[in-house]
Amino acid sequence: MLIRRVLLGGVTVCIVSLIIFAGVEMLPGDACTQFLGEYQADEELLAQCRKDLDLNRPPIDRFAEWTQGAITGDLGLAADGTTKISTIVGDRLKNSLLLAFLAMAVGIPLALFLGVVSGLWRDRLPDIIASTLAIFAMTIPEFVSATLLILVLSVWLGWLPGIVLTSAAAPASEFFPEILLPMIVLSFVMCAHIMRMVRSSVIDVMASDYVQMATLKGVPYWQMVFRHALPNALLPAINVVALTIAWLLGGVVVIEVVFNYPGLGRLMIDSISDRNLPVVQSIALIVASVYVCVNLAADLLTMIANPKLRTMYMRK
Amino acid sequence: MPQSSFIDIKNLSVGYTSRNGKIIPVLRDVNLSITRGDSIGLVGESGSGKSTLALAAMGYFKRGLHVISGQVQFDGIDMLNIERNALQRLRGGRLALIPQNSGQSLTPNLRIGQQISEALRLHGDLPATSFDVGVIDLLSQVRLPDPVGLTDRYPHELSGGQQQRVAIAMALASNPEALLLDEPTTGLDVTTQAHIMELLRDLAKDRNLAMLYVSHDLGAIARVCNKVMVMYAGETVLTGSAKQVLLSPRHPYAHGLLVSIPRLNEASLPQALDGRPPMPSETITGCAFADRCKLADQTCHKSPPPLNHLETGEAVRCFHHDQIGQLNQKTEKSARSNPTAADKGTALSLANLAVSYSQPGLLSKLFAPQDTPPSTVDRITIDIKKGETLGLVGESGSGKSTILKTIAGMVPAQSGNIILNQAERLDMMVEKRPAAHLRQVQIIFQNPDDSLNPRHTVAQVLAQPLRLYYGLSGTPLRDRSIDILEQVRLGEHYLERLPSQLSGGEKQRVAIARAFAADPEIILCDEVTSALDVSVQAAVLDLLDVLKRQDGTTYIFVSHDLAVVKAISDRVAVLYQGRICEIGPVAAVYSAPFHPYTDALLGAVLEPDPDVAPRLTADDVVELSPPKTGCPFQRRCPRKLGSICETDIPTAQEIAPGHVIHCHIPQLDL
Repeated sequence: MLIRRVLLGGVTVCIVSLIIFAGVEMLPGDACTQFLGEYQADEELLAQCRKDLDLNRPPIDRFAEWTQGAITGDLGLAADGTTKISTIVGDRLKNSLLLAFLAMAVGIPLALFLGVVSGLWRDRLPDIIASTLAIFAMTIPEFVSATLLILVLSVWLGWLPGIVLTSAAAPASEFFPEILLPMIVLSFVMCAHIMRMVRSSVIDVMASDYVQMATLKGVPYWQMVFRHALPNALLPAINVVALTIAWLLGGVVVIEVVFNYPGLGRLMIDSISDRNLPVVQSIALIVASVYVCVNLAADLLTMIANPKLRTMYMRK
Repeated sequence: MPQSSFIDIKNLSVGYTSRNGKIIPVLRDVNLSITRGDSIGLVGESGSGKSTLALAAMGYFKRGLHVISGQVQFDGIDMLNIERNALQRLRGGRLALIPQNSGQSLTPNLRIGQQISEALRLHGDLPATSFDVGVIDLLSQVRLPDPVGLTDRYPHELSGGQQQRVAIAMALASNPEALLLDEPTTGLDVTTQAHIMELLRDLAKDRNLAMLYVSHDLGAIARVCNKVMVMYAGETVLTGSAKQVLLSPRHPYAHGLLVSIPRLNEASLPQALDGRPPMPSETITGCAFADRCKLADQTCHKSPPPLNHLETGEAVRCFHHDQIGQLNQKTEKSARSNPTAADKGTALSLANLAVSYSQPGLLSKLFAPQDTPPSTVDRITIDIKKGETLGLVGESGSGKSTILKTIAGMVPAQSGNIILNQAERLDMMVEKRPAAHLRQVQIIFQNPDDSLNPRHTVAQVLAQPLRLYYGLSGTPLRDRSIDILEQVRLGEHYLERLPSQLSGGEKQRVAIARAFAADPEIILCDEVTSALDVSVQAAVLDLLDVLKRQDGTTYIFVSHDLAVVKAISDRVAVLYQGRICEIGPVAAVYSAPFHPYTDALLGAVLEPDPDVAPRLTADDVVELSPPKTGCPFQRRCPRKLGSICETDIPTAQEIAPGHVIHCHIPQLDL
């Protein structure tokens, strides 16, 4: 079962990489037309350039080579033919991870807490406040809430810098405190999604027969909540959390652009407009792998945490 | 009174506040008192307020419900104004609940041992070190096999009967003085139910418990209760001793309930109780039951009857309780349609049908090709005549629903043939069958809540088969729909309703109407009355019978309820682990000689008569798969001969024409 899931994940990544490669191949123009300027370049120069960059070989060969490189961590050279992709992408990936982990560290515990609180105090003041905030967080576009926060926290109050000026290659520590505002916006948005999910799950479980039974068995309220209700209510949250994490790691383009944060998402946008196709390819591959891994981890965790699934695979 | 009452509910009214701010009562001025050693059965249709009353005894009300007036006392303690800590000590302590549907009442993420030791920790006086011993002791008290191994199991790994026993063990952990039972055997197999009832009976007697037993199953009530209270629309309508209420009920509603139960010793269809109980939100001016009552007159509609206390000790809420005798004369038993005498040929033949759910993976196919598990269903050979009703009975896991699904093409057959009308083979799965075959075989499912699309109106539900098979549209479609609705005794005004606006019985009628709309040859009925109240069940059975008489349809009727099958079927096949044990005309199967399994099933049926005790021959162990060789029933059979039962498939002994028993025991000894 587990092996099957891992293999399936691998197959998914392979298919995705094939699609990415094919898609990029099909686009009109290549690195050389971009490099030499689309209209001015004469045929001779183009041919020379293609020879230099090894673009004349059949696509299948190049795909095989690219895949081989990608597996060993060598993503090849960027379109300019000199910079190593792994260096550019590596820095940006590090930055994206930093932002994502910070947002998760704040957002997930907060979301679980608020979800449980509003589920338990359903339709009462804590729930109404938390749910209303969540709806705002989900419906207001990120760039609006980001701009609002910049306006309030950095322009009016001057507490936090409103924009990131550190260069992409700088070590993690230099991003403080500039990283705080994008982190706040991100955790706000992700927190809302997870919280809504946890809330409805808690409400379902609190209405279940086994919670009623525990109450009528004389289990004190908080013991009932922690022993009987929450372990079951939080199970479905695992998958939502996983999706949110994948979304965070896949680069949050809008936020990165608004705050000028040097993450993967912005690199992707920049590379697309520069026709730096090898970089686009690599980022797409990384994002796909992250999705597959995170979902795999979530399924695994659900399997371990859910006695029904656990016993199905272990007792046989 | 010799003893003061232990649980005392006085003038209790409970209700909820509707959206427009009105208070809607679900319990109206109910009195109930239980002394130690008493066990009271609480009876009524769904929605009568019986569960609400039982939970009120623990001072518990479901979300949204609140007390309007009245008192609830437990051993002199006011349960409605009690401090939270004290209430927690009482609940599950001196006063324990055995819930409906234990499968959902046990917390899924905690092991059985953890849940029971929690009860010991909260209420027992055992030191923490001896919890493990205590748990095992409790599990053996409720006669669960392998109690030590069970403590490590999760609830979903247990069968329904085992879960129910665990729930009982949990309730006993605190040595309670009073037990509340909320439909504790609903959904269990007959043999399991009978065993659990015997266990409860013994417990109540040994420990001098006060018991309140909520159930719609009068057979179960008859077995464990010495007093019965009948509720209708949130009111008490009749109280008395179990014998008084069950043998000579003084209230027309109780009378109606009792005659609507199909019984093993009667060959006729039970009599339906027409109509439905009023919704809590309806205003009732007179007697709540008047609209459905055959004795009702002007006075009944004008003013509500008081609860009359009779000299015999009963209490009746009826103006005409002295005229109940007339009900027996007024109502003649509706005779069931005779099995069609003329032989019109075979409607459906099952020839050596086998079904297997296991799909061996590639690895096991390569390395251990012989190691395939035995088929779920095997050696099923039955010819069903046109216009005949064939009943399939057996416990859960007997393969009866699987056979229906295979005929319907929802499960592929492993081998064997299904032949319709002696000519057409129904081997394909449903999506590949031609429309003509699809039309001829229709299925009605157990739960209309699941089988009717909640967003389709009745008109849309009926339009589907009519459009698909007959290409009807516009006015002809509407006319035909109304026609069919009237056949199932629902009128034109039902066309625009959604399933949520129908009662359980009405929904099942719509499901029946949908099946009949195709004008099929064969209708497969899968536990069609199991989700319904007894009174509604009788009406649905009657409807099925009338429709069959009109259209000459053939039914295959699956049920775990032996009395229901007896009431509706012409011929019965008794199944165990997917194999036929016994098949024959209804009268022959339900009388000696028996297959040992038929005998065990029939013996376990609880009759709504306090004087009849069940005979328990086989134990109620749940087997997950049939044995590889020999007789399917070998492991539970109380009359097992020896190794022959384990090795050889029993021969078919033809006891009488058409009556076949598959058993090694010689015919004369059966």
